[in-house]
Amino acid sequence: MKNRIVVVAAAAIFAVAAATLAAPAAEKLKVGFIYLGPVGDFGWTYQHEIGRQNLVKALGDKIDTTYLENVNEGPDSERSIEQLARTGHKLIFTTSFGYMDPTIKVAAKYPKVDFEHATGFKRAANVSTYSGRFYEGRYIQGMIAAKMSKTGVLGYIVSFPIPEVISGINATILGAQTVNPNIKVKIIWVSTWFDPGKEADAAKALADQGADVLMQHTDSPAAMQIAAQRGIYAFGQDSDMIKFGPKSQLTAIIDNWAPYYIQRTNDVLNDSWKSTDTWGGLKSTLVVMAPYTNMPDDVKKLASDTEAAIKAGTLHPFKCPVVDQDGKTVECKGGDHLDDGQILSMNFYVKGVDDKIPGK
Amino acid sequence: MLDALGQILGLIFSVNFILTVITASTPLLLAASGELVAERSGVLNLGVEGMMIMGAACGFAAAYVSDSTIVGALCGILAGAAMAAIFAFLTLGLAVNQVATGLALTILGTGLSGLIGAGFVGMRITPAPQLYLPVLTGLPVVGRILFGQDAFVYFSFALIIGIWLFLYRTRSGLILRAVGDNHVSAHALGYPVLKIRMLAVLFGGGCAGLAGAFLPLAYTPFFIPGMTAGRGWIALALVVFASWRPGRLVAGAYLFGAVTFLQLSVQGLGLGIPPQVMSSLPYLATVVVLVLISRTRGASGSAAPASLGVVFVPDR
Repeated sequence: MKNRIVVVAAAAIFAVAAATLAAPAAEKLKVGFIYLGPVGDFGWTYQHEIGRQNLVKALGDKIDTTYLENVNEGPDSERSIEQLARTGHKLIFTTSFGYMDPTIKVAAKYPKVDFEHATGFKRAANVSTYSGRFYEGRYIQGMIAAKMSKTGVLGYIVSFPIPEVISGINATILGAQTVNPNIKVKIIWVSTWFDPGKEADAAKALADQGADVLMQHTDSPAAMQIAAQRGIYAFGQDSDMIKFGPKSQLTAIIDNWAPYYIQRTNDVLNDSWKSTDTWGGLKSTLVVMAPYTNMPDDVKKLASDTEAAIKAGTLHPFKCPVVDQDGKTVECKGGDHLDDGQILSMNFYVKGVDDKIPGK
Repeated sequence: MLDALGQILGLIFSVNFILTVITASTPLLLAASGELVAERSGVLNLGVEGMMIMGAACGFAAAYVSDSTIVGALCGILAGAAMAAIFAFLTLGLAVNQVATGLALTILGTGLSGLIGAGFVGMRITPAPQLYLPVLTGLPVVGRILFGQDAFVYFSFALIIGIWLFLYRTRSGLILRAVGDNHVSAHALGYPVLKIRMLAVLFGGGCAGLAGAFLPLAYTPFFIPGMTAGRGWIALALVVFASWRPGRLVAGAYLFGAVTFLQLSVQGLGLGIPPQVMSSLPYLATVVVLVLISRTRGASGSAAPASLGVVFVPDR
């Protein structure tokens, strides 16, 4: 899913193999992680690495962890996952969408190893899936953005038109419309998850065209820096980016994987691991909002109240009726809100988005 | 339709648009001009991306430690040149295949830069200042475009003019071109082919290193592994696109930068043009220009060095 630098993790694999040969016979549980990017990307992979580090802090006396970074999606990843399985890892986290089929394939060969695949939808007896309800955070961001924007124009930098990104845009707009029904959003598709220069260019284009609150579904802090330079607002993505825009960041959606990693590892240690499908949001703290900064107290209160309502289950970002771009009411499969299946496969814009989904 | 065209034209001729295009094109221009000199001497170094990312990592690390953009830029140049020295040793000293070595250099640079930069991810530095010249910068419209840039941009202007003067107006430039066109003859005339090529490769490495350093020092002031994101490859393509001529290189770099930024900007206008069409524009423009160049070949022609990529082993 995330297409980044082409680096083969061969060296890392050799290192793992060597470490395995030299490992003492201690009976610690070996937990492996497969990362898409470098651990220092300050975004997606970085947050998984933080999760791993916290796991080591919590259970370090009972487990050994290994990670392979810069693992390409596709055939390379299958080799890397299998390498971990073969070297005695009993629990393996594969942390990107594109590892889905390789994970399922390797899992079939190693029935005694438990696998955890992030953001996918294929499961097996020894494969669980997990992801975050990031749209909940986006809804709050939409409200804040509408409150803070003077021009009434938001700028949104996006990567690829997959359901997770589309549902993020929709949640943002639905949140913003509760504050300002006429809010406008300018959307720029940069067709990459990670190209700081291009993300910065897109941010400049949006600022030039009057957007005064920027948000992004790409991985680098470039847009935040442009916002800081131009004296406008922005939201952090994946991790807290306040360092890059101390006067610009309103909040950030933080992926908080540690509690999940600790719980699942404990399950394996207690022999109670079962194949599950976890889609956690603000309530389960898989998604965490960075401190609400650079905004007046009433906006802060609105944001925290909304956050509390989402946590309590009294507010759903996709509460019915949801009206699509063409004015058609979307079928309401989840009672009073769209159901998870509809959100996970979302491929329409809600009313008020003045853009066309690429390829539609 | 006419209205949409008007909006797009209004966009293109705005000062902010031109400023962004110049910033976005500068790393391409810097890296490509260095590679142009190296290729003119007959050496094909495909490791531009690797030298750039090393320049980015080392440049950022040095700027962070010293708190100085100039030190950062110099270290970026040195890092690029150091990578180029490895390449020169292998391809010129040991006559190893240039294509394979260049590709290996990119892989090495990507990995090594990640290692060097690992400790600097998330650090902040003061970005390179915009150098405003008194009076000149205050001129309407052209003021900020021509005289409101950072030092890297001015340097890239100077560099390409310098390269043009060197290649076409000096004896050394003539010799360098001769070496690239026919190394056997140049050797027979007594010119030190390998030494000239080594200097050209080192120069190319230095330029690529500087281009890389520009990214974390001025463009987006932070370091992240892999932040060059393929710009080295575009620089390589630009040299071919420019048919090895400095003037066309400038045109190519700015054209590519402009079309790339245009496709982002136009999306923001919400004109309903599919982004896929817009994303293909830079490449479409490339094809059109290449066709035009080949049509006019009779008059000006491509200056492809005849010995490009051919290994040279002196017979004595």
